[in-house]
Amino acid sequence: MKVTFPHMGNLYIPLRTFFENLGAEVVVPPLSSKRTLEIGCKYSPEFACLPLKVTLGNFIEALEMGADTIVMAGGVGPCRFGYYAEVQREILKDLGYDFDMIVLEPPQGHFWDLIKKFKYITNKKSFKEIYLAGKLAWKKIILLDRLEKMVNRIRAVELEKGKTDKAYKKALNLISNARDEQELAFARQQIEKEISSIKKAKERNLLKVGLVGEIYTLLEPFVNFNIEKQLGELGVLVERSIYISQWVRENLLPSFMKSKEPEVLAKLAEPYIPCFVGGHGRESVAQIVSYAKQGFDGVIHLLPLTCMPEIVAKSVLPMVSKIHSIPVMTLVLDEHSAETGLRTRLEAFIDLIRERKEEEEFGVLSWD
Amino acid sequence: MRIGVPRALFYYMYYPFWKIFFEALGHEVILSSPTNKKILKDGLEFAVDDACLPVKVFHGHIVDLLDRVDVLFIPRIISIEPGEFICPKFLGLPDMVKSSIPDLPPIIDSNLSVYKNRKDLIGHAKSIGTDLGHSSRLILKAYTIASTKFNSYKKFQISHEQLPLDSGQKSFFDSNSSYFSRHKNKCLGENTLNVLLLGHPYNIYDNYISMNLITKLQKNGIKVITPEIIPVKNISAGAKNLKKRLFWTMGKNIIGSTYYYMDCGKALDGIIHLASFGCGPDSIVGELLERKLSRNRLVPFLRINIDEHSGEEGFNTRLEAFIDVIEGRRRN
Repeated sequence: MKVTFPHMGNLYIPLRTFFENLGAEVVVPPLSSKRTLEIGCKYSPEFACLPLKVTLGNFIEALEMGADTIVMAGGVGPCRFGYYAEVQREILKDLGYDFDMIVLEPPQGHFWDLIKKFKYITNKKSFKEIYLAGKLAWKKIILLDRLEKMVNRIRAVELEKGKTDKAYKKALNLISNARDEQELAFARQQIEKEISSIKKAKERNLLKVGLVGEIYTLLEPFVNFNIEKQLGELGVLVERSIYISQWVRENLLPSFMKSKEPEVLAKLAEPYIPCFVGGHGRESVAQIVSYAKQGFDGVIHLLPLTCMPEIVAKSVLPMVSKIHSIPVMTLVLDEHSAETGLRTRLEAFIDLIRERKEEEEFGVLSWD
Repeated sequence: MRIGVPRALFYYMYYPFWKIFFEALGHEVILSSPTNKKILKDGLEFAVDDACLPVKVFHGHIVDLLDRVDVLFIPRIISIEPGEFICPKFLGLPDMVKSSIPDLPPIIDSNLSVYKNRKDLIGHAKSIGTDLGHSSRLILKAYTIASTKFNSYKKFQISHEQLPLDSGQKSFFDSNSSYFSRHKNKCLGENTLNVLLLGHPYNIYDNYISMNLITKLQKNGIKVITPEIIPVKNISAGAKNLKKRLFWTMGKNIIGSTYYYMDCGKALDGIIHLASFGCGPDSIVGELLERKLSRNRLVPFLRINIDEHSGEEGFNTRLEAFIDVIEGRRRN
């Protein structure tokens, strides 16, 4: 059995560790590229959202490489993501591929089902083995999240251009190759040493921008044109609102292991969207309020075209932006998005908030 | 009090309940005009540009009601069948309207969610009634009247195969109620062509959005069958063929009706799926439908996507071609 899974940012690193440690052969699809997008779009329904198309492309590329078992996450709605696997399975079947698809549904009280599915994938490994493999993968996720946070903080102020990204690439390799917890702890020390050795410029008036929106477009650098890196290069300190660890917590862990943080956060969105609207629609709004309270200079809101929960969020953003006096720019991404257009809009937005910040310092305070 | 009910979205499903309920509480129900050019224009102007056509049209209906009502009724509809959702945009509909249209009168945005239990409709009624300041006794009384009549209306709708189609200014419910207990419509006829029309109620029954699709089909002597007039148990039987339960009620109705007719060997001459541009659930449901139907190629299938730029001529041409096809098949 050759296992494969879709890409979402660095998620492939812990996933590969997890399945390999359980003795499964893993086929990591090539990182999402123009080709992935092209074949994905060719066979996907026209009006489906971007993540469905790109992940379908991942699957086809992996099947071409010989994978025969696809592991995909499911859901119970109302966001379309919960039905991705069903549609993708039908499309791949019609294309004539021979494969098995294992859909990991969120364990609403059926955590045991999830373990059973892992057991099936991994040829009946014991609960303990699954737990140990899961633990290492989880530690990698935590370290990856930490790494991404550090990199975003330092990229904006690096003296020597490109140094941070070099260190980042090296760090990803280190994490990816760590075979056990000891090696991972060693990798962590090395990464921290390397990153703290990057020389920083002294910048007093650093701009701070938050990134919110739909999780896939936030986490997958291919579809958002590496927006975090681009902003870093423009000298902006970036903070992303969603990390992989959060997603795993929300979707794959049983409810008693979930943190209370999301509930507290959701309260911030109450005046605008008082109830759950699927996906991260409400959370996006809450994060914007939270960033405004933390004194950020602006927020960028990302969503794939026709994303239902984020459209609800988008419709209330003008009000949120006005009340909390924080500039918000929405970027809608699809297969026709182009990097130059995105770059221009980013630069314009950054110019705008920079000017605003400078005005504020001279005592002029207005966004309107 | 004059309560404004927009003639859009869930109007086509719940209007009978809301109307009877409000009137039993002693209020006047003001319905917005049938969708027209101005309503569409206002909708486009106020709604967030990424929204789908029906949500934009809904905004237009709100604008149409603004000057003539004391209270606007924009329920937050979360779930209309246990264990199922509807499109996320309905979950945030009152929020979208509030932040998109200025100077709104007070809004009743009571939740309607039967996710856990079908009987929770009473909760919806209670919260409307409380918002309007009525005693629980009166609310309960009004609810009993409304839900009884609503249920018997739904039964009537299925048994008499009455499509919830407005005629002119008159609401489908007002014109239908006089038909109560009239003679039954013809069942699947031997000689007439039977077409299964799939789509969200607010697209297929809105004469302006659907460009009079139903009337056009009927004028050609075609009997139109929609999920609304198919008994619920048949739809559920059809939907059981799915590997994973579909969590959108309207999507389930579409797929369930198709599977039911395909698998039970019922005589069908054609299937039409009317979807609006950018509709999230239909992008998934439509794909499943198309794949299912193109695998066995038994019934001609027409898929129409509509948006605010749809031209009626092109629409008519496609429809005529489709009717020609199914008529030709019947003759052979």
